[in-house]
Amino acid sequence: MSSEVPEPASKVDLAPGIGGGGEIPQFDITLRVRRYDPEFSEEATWEDYALTMYGTDRVLDALHKVKWEIDGSLSFRRSCAHGVCGSDAMRINGRNRLACKTLLKDLDTSKPITVEAIKGLPVEKDLIVDMEPFFQSYREIMPFMITKGHEPAAEHYQSPEDRERYDDTTKCILCAACTSSCPVFWTDGQYFGPAAIVNAHRFIFDSRDEGGDMRLEILNDKEGVWRCRTTFNCTEACPRGIQVTKAISEVKQAILARSV
Amino acid sequence: MSKTSSGTLYRGREGMWSWVGHRVTGVVIFLFLLVHVLDTALVRVSPGAYDAVIGTYKNPLMAVGELGLVAAIVFHAFNGLRLVLVDFWKSGPKYQRQMLWGVLIVWAVVMIGFAIRHLSLAFGGL
Repeated sequence: MSSEVPEPASKVDLAPGIGGGGEIPQFDITLRVRRYDPEFSEEATWEDYALTMYGTDRVLDALHKVKWEIDGSLSFRRSCAHGVCGSDAMRINGRNRLACKTLLKDLDTSKPITVEAIKGLPVEKDLIVDMEPFFQSYREIMPFMITKGHEPAAEHYQSPEDRERYDDTTKCILCAACTSSCPVFWTDGQYFGPAAIVNAHRFIFDSRDEGGDMRLEILNDKEGVWRCRTTFNCTEACPRGIQVTKAISEVKQAILARSV
Repeated sequence: MSKTSSGTLYRGREGMWSWVGHRVTGVVIFLFLLVHVLDTALVRVSPGAYDAVIGTYKNPLMAVGELGLVAAIVFHAFNGLRLVLVDFWKSGPKYQRQMLWGVLIVWAVVMIGFAIRHLSLAFGGL
């Protein structure tokens, strides 16, 4: 029934030698991973892996290559692999980054690339940490809209200007890159941490929300916003480019404006 | 379960290192004030003892130490103003890096002036 139709020629004219596939540059890297397995040893150790990677590869691809082809026991979290789910925050060359958003070609490939678990949270195995303390702080700031009175009969109105007020802090993916980059959080695990404050900011400055006072009261705690020492590590670490330190400063000012 | 992941030093940028500097100078200034309150309190014990203790400070080592102390205080003071601006000026977080360079420039200018005057007084008379 169906007659053989030849595949139409590409409408895009490419110069000869371009787009032929296999043209992606390759390079050798050394991936230095901080391994930890409590079933074998209480001590974490550095393990080097020599890999040949493509110019389009990310740190996550290198980790996959190790896990799939060299050592299946390597443990790390990842889900979407496209910078949205926030699972693969880790310390790459000493800075918190998402492994799925860090291209190998942007790193110094002449030296070993170090990959470690994020700091300040208990390590469970290799690059996996226990995120519970992080989510505990997140839950404490009540990350949901609070309204008073009867259930509304219509949707809440919000002007584009009011929506814009807290736009930056809606971008959070809860990857913990900010909280685990904070020197205060490393030494004081009770501190709410940048991520919880960012998510409180998202509701405090939402014109529809009526729980702002409660949230400000929670963050006025000894372990709340006043622990922030404005080191800007969080702002620099955020893979979504949220101005974290600025958001924390705005919450500080909101607390001061409220209490006078 | 290991408590926390140690490993490499976190590679923070200007903000983190200015915080480290602020902490270190803060502790140095605190230790100085502790000693300073004690030696000044000696005058209540006996003016002679006070003069004797203050007299031991007049040596080249202490002169260099004083230079270091003033360097710590000047950095702590100007960086403290920067931190106030970061928290209370609307554009503070945006310009924190530029403000740190400003702090370091003002610090250098003040310290050059102070070092010339202080060291010539301390060593010039010898």
